[in-house]
Formats: sequence, C-alpha cells, structure tokens
Amino acid sequence: MTDGQNTPTLASPAAPGSPPAKLICRGLWKLFGADAERFLERTGGDPSAQQIADAGLIGAVRDADLEVGEGEVFVIMGLSGSGKSTIVRCLSRLIEPTAGELVFEGADLRRADARQLTEIRRHKMGMVFQHFALLPHLSVLGNVAFPLEIQGVARGEREARAMEMIDLVGLSGRETYFPSELSGGQQQRVGIARSLAVKPEIWFLDEPFSALDPLIRREMQDEFLRLQRVLHKTIVFITHDFDEAIRLADRIAIMKDGEIVQIGTPEEVVTAPATQYVAEFTRDVPRAKVMSVRALMTPGDGAGTEGTVPADARVNEVAHEVVHGRKPVAVVDDAGAVIGRLERAPVVDVLAPGGPEPAPATAAAAS
Amino acid sequence: MTALSDAGLPARPRLLRPAGLLPWAGALAVLAALWLAGGQAGWLNSYPDAWILPLRDWVSEAMRWLVKDASFGLFTFKELTRAFAGLLDLPLQICLILLSRGFAVPLGGDAGLLIPPLSWLGVTGALVWAAWRVGDAKLAGLVAGCFGYLAVFGQWNSAMVTLSSILVAVPVGILGGAALGILGYRSRAAERALTPVLDLMQTVPVFAYLVPVLFLFGFGPVSAMIATIIYAMPPMVRVTMLALRSVPAEVLEFGRMAGCSRRQMLWKVLLPSARHSLMVGVNQVIMLSLNMVIIASMIGAGGLGHDVLTSLRRLQIGDGLEAGVAITVLAISLDRLSQAIANRTSTPVHLQADQSYAVRHATWLGIVAILAGTYLLAFFLPALRSYPDWLTLDTGPLFDDLVQWINVHAYSVLDAVKSWLLIHVLIPFKRLLVEAPWPGVALLLAVAGWRIGGVRLGLTVALLTVFIAVTGNWEKAMVSAYLCGISVVLAMAIGVPIGVAAAANERVHRIAQNTVDTLQTLPSFVYLIPVVMLFQVGDFSAMIAITAYALAPAVRYTDHGLRGVSSEVIEAARMSGCRPWQLLWKVRLPLALPEIMLGVNQTIMMALSMLVITALVGTRDLGQEVYIALTRADTGLGLVAGVCVAFLAIIADRLIGAWSHKRKQELGLA
Repeated sequence: MTDGQNTPTLASPAAPGSPPAKLICRGLWKLFGADAERFLERTGGDPSAQQIADAGLIGAVRDADLEVGEGEVFVIMGLSGSGKSTIVRCLSRLIEPTAGELVFEGADLRRADARQLTEIRRHKMGMVFQHFALLPHLSVLGNVAFPLEIQGVARGEREARAMEMIDLVGLSGRETYFPSELSGGQQQRVGIARSLAVKPEIWFLDEPFSALDPLIRREMQDEFLRLQRVLHKTIVFITHDFDEAIRLADRIAIMKDGEIVQIGTPEEVVTAPATQYVAEFTRDVPRAKVMSVRALMTPGDGAGTEGTVPADARVNEVAHEVVHGRKPVAVVDDAGAVIGRLERAPVVDVLAPGGPEPAPATAAAAS
Repeated sequence: MTALSDAGLPARPRLLRPAGLLPWAGALAVLAALWLAGGQAGWLNSYPDAWILPLRDWVSEAMRWLVKDASFGLFTFKELTRAFAGLLDLPLQICLILLSRGFAVPLGGDAGLLIPPLSWLGVTGALVWAAWRVGDAKLAGLVAGCFGYLAVFGQWNSAMVTLSSILVAVPVGILGGAALGILGYRSRAAERALTPVLDLMQTVPVFAYLVPVLFLFGFGPVSAMIATIIYAMPPMVRVTMLALRSVPAEVLEFGRMAGCSRRQMLWKVLLPSARHSLMVGVNQVIMLSLNMVIIASMIGAGGLGHDVLTSLRRLQIGDGLEAGVAITVLAISLDRLSQAIANRTSTPVHLQADQSYAVRHATWLGIVAILAGTYLLAFFLPALRSYPDWLTLDTGPLFDDLVQWINVHAYSVLDAVKSWLLIHVLIPFKRLLVEAPWPGVALLLAVAGWRIGGVRLGLTVALLTVFIAVTGNWEKAMVSAYLCGISVVLAMAIGVPIGVAAAANERVHRIAQNTVDTLQTLPSFVYLIPVVMLFQVGDFSAMIAITAYALAPAVRYTDHGLRGVSSEVIEAARMSGCRPWQLLWKVRLPLALPEIMLGVNQTIMMALSMLVITALVGTRDLGQEVYIALTRADTGLGLVAGVCVAFLAIIADRLIGAWSHKRKQELGLA
C-alpha cells in the first residue's frame, strides 16, 4: 500500500525482494521540434508544459522514470497522445530520446553506437506492433524466420526455430500461408512468434491487441498470459485499454500528456489512484478483481478462524468462501504461515461498494 | 433579437465579400484599358521583336559547344555520349537478331551462313503460353489474337523491330527510374532536386527533347531508344518514391528492430513490401514506351512507328491504320500481360516442397521449349520461319477507296460543318486571344494565382507568363492556348455528361470504363489518322484530334468524383426530399466539383501533349515551332518552344490544382 502513496513523478522502486531491474530509464525526455536539445539545456533540463508549448515544441515524453524488473510484465497505459508509443520507441531507441538515461542490463543503452545497437536489437530485443507489420511477400514461416535470416542464421536452423515458435503460438499447419490469408488474430500470432524467434531478453509489445475485435482480443490476452507463464520474459506492454492493463500487468505506469502520473501494481492503482485522472479510469473497475486478500486482512494469528486463503489471492477468488463461511478465514503467506485473518465485512464492502460508507482508500484519493 | 443572432453568425464567405472581388475587377479593368490603349501603343498588342531575349540562340550555342568542344580531359563529351549509345546498342542488336533479322556469319568471300531469327509462331506461342500461366485462358486468347493480327496483316517484321527496342528501353527505364526513386527516397536533397525536373519532364512535349537527343546521339534506333527512356522514366521515379514512402512506418520499425543493415532494409523489407505499387510504375513505363513508338521513329526508330509516319505523310490511310492498330494491339497485349504478372505477385502461390523442378519452373521451361521446338521445325517448314505472304491480308486499298468515297459523297456536308465552326467559333476565339494585350493577360493570370493560392502562386504564374512573352513566343502560345482551350471545352462538354451517366448507371459505368481504358492505350498518333481522313489538315482537324485524345480524363474524373460523394450525404439529401435532378445539381455536382476540376486539369495536360503532335496536320502554334526545330535540328528553338508549352501546362496545372485543393478544404474533403 505504501507504494501507492508516492508522488506521481517519482519512480516507483521495485518492491523489496523483487528481482533486479532489467531496464531502467531515468529523467527521460522526448521533445519534438527544432532545436529541442538546446531548448532543454536552456531551461535547466526541466521546462514546464507552458514553456514547451511557447517554444513551439511538443512534449511527447516529459521526465519519465521507470524500472522494469526481470521477468516482470510492465504495462504502460495511456490514451492516444499521452506519449506511450513514443516512450516505448525511446526505450528501444527507435526514436532518439532528447535527454535522460537508459540502462539496459546494466549498460548505458544511449551510449551504444549504431553497430552495437543493431547487435542488441538482433539478439536481445523483440517487438510486436499494433498493425502486425508483417512482410506481405513472405509466408508465415518466412516472416517468423526473418529476424534470424537477417542475422545470417543458416536456412535449416532458422526454419527449425521458426517452426518451434509457430507451434508455440498455435499456428502449426499454416506455415505456408501468407499474411493476407490470415485473420487479424492469426496475423498477430505470427507477429508474436516472429518477435520471440530471437529469444529476446526484453519484449516490447506496442498495443498488440488494439486492432483486434473484442472477443479475439480477450482470447489473445489469455494466450499472452499462457505464453508468459511458460516464458517468463521481461515485458514492456503498451495499451490504451485500462481493463487490459489490469488484467495483464504486474505493474502499471499511467501516462498523461507525456508524463507518468502513477506507477504501481493494479491493486495500488485501483485502490489508491494518485490523481483525479487515474481515478476516472479506476472508477468502474470491480475492486474484487484487483484487490488482494493481503490488503483486507487484519494482521494477527489464526485464532478463531476456519479454513485458509493465500495472502496474494484476489478477493473475488476467495469471496464465496469468506462470505458463506461461519467464521473468518485465516490468511497464509507463500510459506503457509498464518499472517492474519479475513473478516466477512470488508469483503462484502469490496464486493458491493456504494454502501453508506465508501471504501476509505478511494475517499482519500478523491480528496 | 435579429441583431443578436446576426452578431453570432460567422462572417460571410470570403469570396462573396466585395473586397474579394475587387482585385478581379481591377485586373479586368486594366486589361480593358490596355486593350483600348493598344491602338496607340503597338507594343501592348504584340510583343516587340526588339525586346525578345535571344534565349534560343544561347541554347543552340551551348549545345554546339558541348558537342564540338566540351572535354573532360581524358575524353570528350562526344565520346562519352557515343560510348553510352554503344552500351545501349548491344542489347538492342541481340534482340533484333533474335526477333527480326537473324545473324549472318561471314564465311569468307560471298558465302555466308544466315542464322535465322525465331519463328513467328514460336514467339506467339511462347507469349500465349506465358499469358496462360500468369493469367487465364482469356488473356491467352487475347495475346493470341493480338500477335495473330500482327502476322496476318503483314506487320510482323516491323512489330518485332518495335518490340526489340521496347524490350531494351523498358528494363533500362525501370531500373533507372527505380534507382533514382530510391535515391529520392533516401535523401531529401535528391528529392528536392528531382521533383522540379520530373514536373518539367512530364509537361515538356516529347518533341522538345528529341532535338537535343538527336544532336547528341545522332539519327538512329539508339537515339530513339534514349528518347523513349527519357520519356518513360519519370513516372517510375515518382512511383518508386511514393511506393517506398507508403510502406507503413511500423514495417520500417520492425526492420530496424530486427537489426537490418541499410542494404537488408532496402532489399528485404522496403522493395518487397512496396512491390505491388512498384508494378504500377512498371506498367506505366511499358505503356509510355509504346506511346513513344511513332514519335521516336522521327529520329530513326524504324519499325511500326516508321510505317505509321510514312503513310501519314503520304496520306495512305489504310496502311497507316493497319500499322497504328498493330502498335495498339502490341500495347494492349503487353499492358494486360504486365498487369497479370502484377496481380500474380499479390496472390500467393503455395509452393510445395515435393514439387519437382519442372513443375515449379513450368512457365520458363515452356517458353524455352516452344521457342526451341518451333525454331528447329522451321528448318523443315519455311512457313514457320516467316509468315507466308499469300496468307497476309491488306486492307490498304479498301480504306483508300473508303476515303475516296467519303470525299466524293460527304465532302460538302463535312466541309459545311467545318467552315461554319471555323468562321463562327474557332476564328473569333483565336482572334480574341491573339489580340489581347499581353501585359493585361499576364496581370489577370497573376491576380487569379494570387486570389486562389496566395502571393507566391501569383508571382510564379506571372513569371512563367512573362517568360513566354520575353522569349518571343507570345502569339504562338496564344494560338496554342486557343486550340487547347476550345478542345478542352469540347472534351468537357462531351465527357462530363458521359461521366454523369456512368456514375448513375452500373452498365454505362462498365462500358465507359472499358472504352476509356482502351482509348488511353492508343498511341496519340492513331487519333490523327481518321481525323485527317475526314477533315484534311488544319486547325479543325487538330481540334477534333485533341478533343478525342483528351476525352478520357473528363469521363473518368467526373464518374469518379460523383461516385466519391459520401453515401451518407446522399441519403440525407434523399430524406430531405431531393428529386434526382436536384440531387445531382444541388448535392452531388457541387461536392464532386473539386475532383472534376482535377479532371479538367488532366484534360488540359493531355490536350497540350497532343497539341505538338497535331503540328503534323498543319497548325501554327508552339507545337509547329517544336516540329520545325526537329526537322532543322535547331536545339535552341525546340527547347525554348517546348519549355513554353510546358509553362502553359504548369500555369494551368498550378491554378486549377490550387483551386481544387482550396475548395476541397472548404468542403472538408481534404
């Protein structure tokens, strides 16, 4: 809960005990327009929105700080024009940042020259695009093998690897098809397989499911979660869909007008929105889906309880048991030790908000 | 109450305000005043000879220096051009040997072994086979019919000479155009340098650069080919730049993320992604090369173009028509074939690993087999070597008789129509334009440019107009403007109603579309043949030919513009109770007008390009100047007159383009 209280622009350090950061970005700026670098120097590296507008520049990313931990799904969420697409392109240096620091696997990414950058992209980065960006003249197999072909991997080897990936995303049997013969969902599966073919250390997904129909989108999200359970990649995922962010994220960064307004776990963002803007998104999110048992429990021993629930479970997963039980349930941590108890009342409050007393966290944030 | 609501309304549209009309009125007043004053000051009516800038002499001098004296130290300019010509001559000779004349191996003395060219049946068969493989039975039938025509009507040999130069010019044009296009795509500076050159290239009449080509490379098939390449290449450059630009940004980003090098990016990502658009350029190069066939024969191309030109000069209508149709069928079959190949690249073929080599390469193997088989057979069956004379048809006498019949029986009627139009429409309009004081016209055009597109456009238009006057081409340019203007009006008067009908009715649309497509594959010269047949030479024939040639865009753009009006607007109009006519007049035509004006623009461009060709039928305008320059090999005269024609085109293009753009923005369409 403490993380959620952070001031908006401060980086949220990864929670204690979490894996080391794979990608760190500090004080990242991207201003579009003439002489942006000189302007930034002149204004002491921290111009206000008004100053930027007066200089005729566009502040696509303003002073962004974030850390992506090893094996973490880090979602950057924002509406169109919030700078989320620019920031992910800055992280891979598809767009050159105006200022700031980028550390990838402990090395300064901004210092890499063109050749080193090519090597990093060839072997350590994968990217999935909103409109798939498949090459129309290549078959599914050719598309998936393409990044390996560029590296000069021998035909037999790269095709074997590509077949493996095609199999992973469930497109076996369609490897001779061309992109124009596939549905949108299938095309994006090809895009995913292609980006995974080089076994990337970091995986960028730029609104991968935004161009798909709602039903297919849902299916692809499930597919994504399944893949991540198998692969444990370090992921930067861009979306404009708050529900998608909540569903997929370990942590979410919410962007508005080029600034990161809040970084936190879905639970933190929903229960303690940092600004009115974030609260607008979270208002309709069913809290039971994001809040953990840990947040509602009363710390203590297991006296007078019946049954146990894990502390990291979502409230909606245990709601039935708690509401229908005769006694409170004990809350246990990963090791199985009892760390507290869960009463019926707070669970009911979360399940059916809008009673006489609003949930305290929301009230605090709204004030 | 009314005062309040009035205050809330936006100001009246700019054009309706008196202030907006003032510059127009002023310019017209100045024009009228100058006209009246013209009686006193002769320089107002016709540009004085003494003021003419001897630009054409300077150009001619420069050319002479280039050819005679210019040197790069190790070699002279002339040697450079000759070397270049030699480079192109080699593949041309190979094609000619294969297709047309064979090869004589000198064996000493009088004896020589003649290695014959490919069999006519073999060439036809190979193309039909290819057509069937890349297209369908219908396409194969079309190709068979087209090449059958060439054989049956005795055009085979000429057609093969023409085909040879096309076979060399087209690949060179495609590769050169693509290379320049890639350069323009990669470098902003290169693009900025290329764009105005391309603009000028596409508006300068072909004849204008025939002259310098003739001067530099001499008279012969290679010069003709170079002129063809220069003519056919610009669209390829443009298409390449556009095609590469329109590759989605994400695909480029993907290429970078995959770690492509510059070369991999170009060959493995950009060009393949853009290949479908690039094929449009390839098709354009083929069509334009064929369009050049007749014109190129003026500097020695030979083949079908030469046949048309000679019979046109001798007024042998039948022969000219046969050769003209031969060019057309060649154009149609190559056009359809290249389109079929383009479509094939977009429909995937699933290659099966277990297919044998022969199955996968059936198209090429078939072509080789047919050519080789017929070639060998022809040693035993001479009829396969060259199409037997006794089987050819000749329609020449038939047409000559027909012309004679028309001249005897319909002369009085045709002549009456022609005379009436000449006396009451053509000549008065011509006098109006020629006698208008040139500073007044320049001012009026400048004001038009200023009002439509701002100060910069106004100045551009004024400068271009003054250039025409200063180089001493004012009167000739006005004759061009008159011929072109009247033809454009005529073409629009015929074309717009057809377009309206086509937009309203699916069947008319299909027929119009097909007709227009066919009309646009005809080389421009072909239009002259029937016109001369009926009306002899002169302004009137030129007008008819220009109108016929320029009709296609009028129909196409009207149809397209009307169809482009959003269906929601039409439904809204229907629901407010519009009758069909009201719908057309009050909703669809106003909304489609910007698009239709682009059609007018295209019509003018086509009219101007036809203008120079009609010089052959005896007009007295800029086109004639260019033509005269060609016969005299006078580079300065040809280039300056050609540039003047281009400037006329650019003035019309910029004015109409700016208006259409502005109007579209006002309508919220752009």
